[in-house]
Amino acid sequence: MKRLLELLTGTYGPSGSEEDIREVIEKEVREYADEVYTDALGSLIAVKKGKGRKVMLAAHMDQIGLIVTGIDDNGFLRFSNVGGISPFNVIHRKVRFQNGVTGVVSYETELEDIRNLKLGKMYIDIGAKSKDEAKALVNIGDVAVYDAPMAVCGDRVTGCAMDDRAGCAVLVETLKRVRNTDHELYFVFTVQEEVGLRGARTSAYGIMPDIGISVDVTLTGDTPKSRPMAINLGEGPAIKVKDASVIAHPKVKELMIQRAREAGIPYQLEVLEAGGTDSGAIHLTGAGVPSGVISIPCRYVHSAQEMVDLKDLTQAVELLVTILEKEIEI
Amino acid sequence: MVEVLKRLAEARGVTGNENEVRDIILELARPLADECYVDRIGNVIAKKKGSKGGRKVMIAAHMDEIGFIISRISDNGMLRFLPVGGIDQRILVSKRVLVGKDRVPGVIGVKAIHLQEPDERRKVINQKQMYIDIGARSREEAEKVVKIGDYASFDSDFVCFGDNKVKSKALDDRAGCSILLELLKDTYECDLYACFTVQEEIGLRGAEVAAYHIEPDLGLVVEGTTCADLPDVPDHLHTTRMGKGPAISFMDNSSIANKDLFKRMVKTAEDNSIPYQIKENVAGGNDAGRIQTSRSGVPTVVVSVPCRYIHSPSSVMDLDDFKNTHLLIQKFLKGVEA
Repeated sequence: MKRLLELLTGTYGPSGSEEDIREVIEKEVREYADEVYTDALGSLIAVKKGKGRKVMLAAHMDQIGLIVTGIDDNGFLRFSNVGGISPFNVIHRKVRFQNGVTGVVSYETELEDIRNLKLGKMYIDIGAKSKDEAKALVNIGDVAVYDAPMAVCGDRVTGCAMDDRAGCAVLVETLKRVRNTDHELYFVFTVQEEVGLRGARTSAYGIMPDIGISVDVTLTGDTPKSRPMAINLGEGPAIKVKDASVIAHPKVKELMIQRAREAGIPYQLEVLEAGGTDSGAIHLTGAGVPSGVISIPCRYVHSAQEMVDLKDLTQAVELLVTILEKEIEI
Repeated sequence: MVEVLKRLAEARGVTGNENEVRDIILELARPLADECYVDRIGNVIAKKKGSKGGRKVMIAAHMDEIGFIISRISDNGMLRFLPVGGIDQRILVSKRVLVGKDRVPGVIGVKAIHLQEPDERRKVINQKQMYIDIGARSREEAEKVVKIGDYASFDSDFVCFGDNKVKSKALDDRAGCSILLELLKDTYECDLYACFTVQEEIGLRGAEVAAYHIEPDLGLVVEGTTCADLPDVPDHLHTTRMGKGPAISFMDNSSIANKDLFKRMVKTAEDNSIPYQIKENVAGGNDAGRIQTSRSGVPTVVVSVPCRYIHSPSSVMDLDDFKNTHLLIQKFLKGVEA
């Protein structure tokens, strides 16, 4: 799991530019699936054929990023956000483009009050001395991501894009481990979640599943003076009750709780006040798809150093495997 | 092409009330298309069969424009109104409007500067404090010519001026509609579905419906977009620049361009020596947002004509940009294999 997570979080793949991460995941899942294909928007779908329920499992493979909107005469890049990028999270961060070009993010220092900082007053410095020099390295529309290789401290790891490569890792491991199942399983690595759940919408339409489960990170409430939230890092995967995009289908939620109890897997119940995930799009597909979410507790979400506990990930895999190997009555 | 643009831009078609524009488009599209119909939400769909057929290309421009809807008639005959679509309330005062089917002339009023307190003068007047004055003396008199729910649109002439520029309301997106009509004069290898959509300005609603029943293989959107190449705007926030050609978008708030289509559009411009620019901002959204996520997904790309002072009664566009946008898309469509 550690190796896989390091590989996935270290691979480039902001919303709309998921080619590299798709290739890496495809390599990981190919020999375990009966069929692997990519849909019109770019989501990767690995199918494990079966005769039972059609289950769609989704984790988004895109990550947030900084998209170049202009290059000035001195070679500085102006940028906008791809997904939820806060100005404060990117100050003096190292970022990397798909072609390997790296830069540092900074801002116009004539700014009187740092609280007024907006992305429009920031830029990426890639060390270019002129517009031409910059243009030889980067084009308008290119996207940079955090350059933050995964670091390990015990069971816990930090790095960029745990949101949602942690979910992708859980799905890959689940696919590798799930054996005795009658259900038809669709492991979907979705695109463009961070800009509005777009890949989940189209992939779910193509699959028309009987039930949908997405795996994504969620926030925690266990750091000093944090916003109250009954989720702690390392205390097990979270079973979502609701967020801003979806109310978990009661029967899916109950099934998750029941299976966790039967298998003695620790779990937490999650109510996320803001934010959403792929299930928000999946559950509204066609005539409706009963959907739930298994969340990985994660600190410092959308920063360059998101922290997860590997135990939560392995327990999420165990929970998914037991759900998929048993009867699914909704 | 400019004559058609003038006719379309002067027609009135505030979101939800696109009839006038739709009638003109039907009249002009019918002789050009193999099939032309109005769908259940009001979109006009003009189908042009390809010489080889096969791939379905949906090209969309929206018919609707921003405007107002009458919400209340005061005892003194003044009309209270609500904006339809994104309108900068600072531009509203003293603008002429036409209300309802019978084009009742009116003017947007607020209390005169003499009556404003000093601190009121420094503030932006809220749209809620404004009213439309149609010269009626009483509610009864006003009700003879206007009903609650009537639409009002800017009363603004289409004028050619300066160095090949035009000034008009509703260039967003009658410019796109005119380009679609011009494109229908040609034939292509692929099947072309020219969609003149409704209700873009309040949430891309027409395009969602059109994309669902057309089920295209590829989506193209032709828009009027922001152009802020103005003295007080720093260079990196210009978004697009007038006279520099059609603007190709890599991303906006509603969609991310399909990379392959984006590259092919750029290459088409370069191969044919058509001036073009990349839209240097991620602002705004358009029909592509709904087309792209329709059913199991549709690769899309957006090309726009830069318009200064967009969403106002006097937006300004360069006619070369307009014609080059048509030319670029025409060449692009010629290159789409069946």
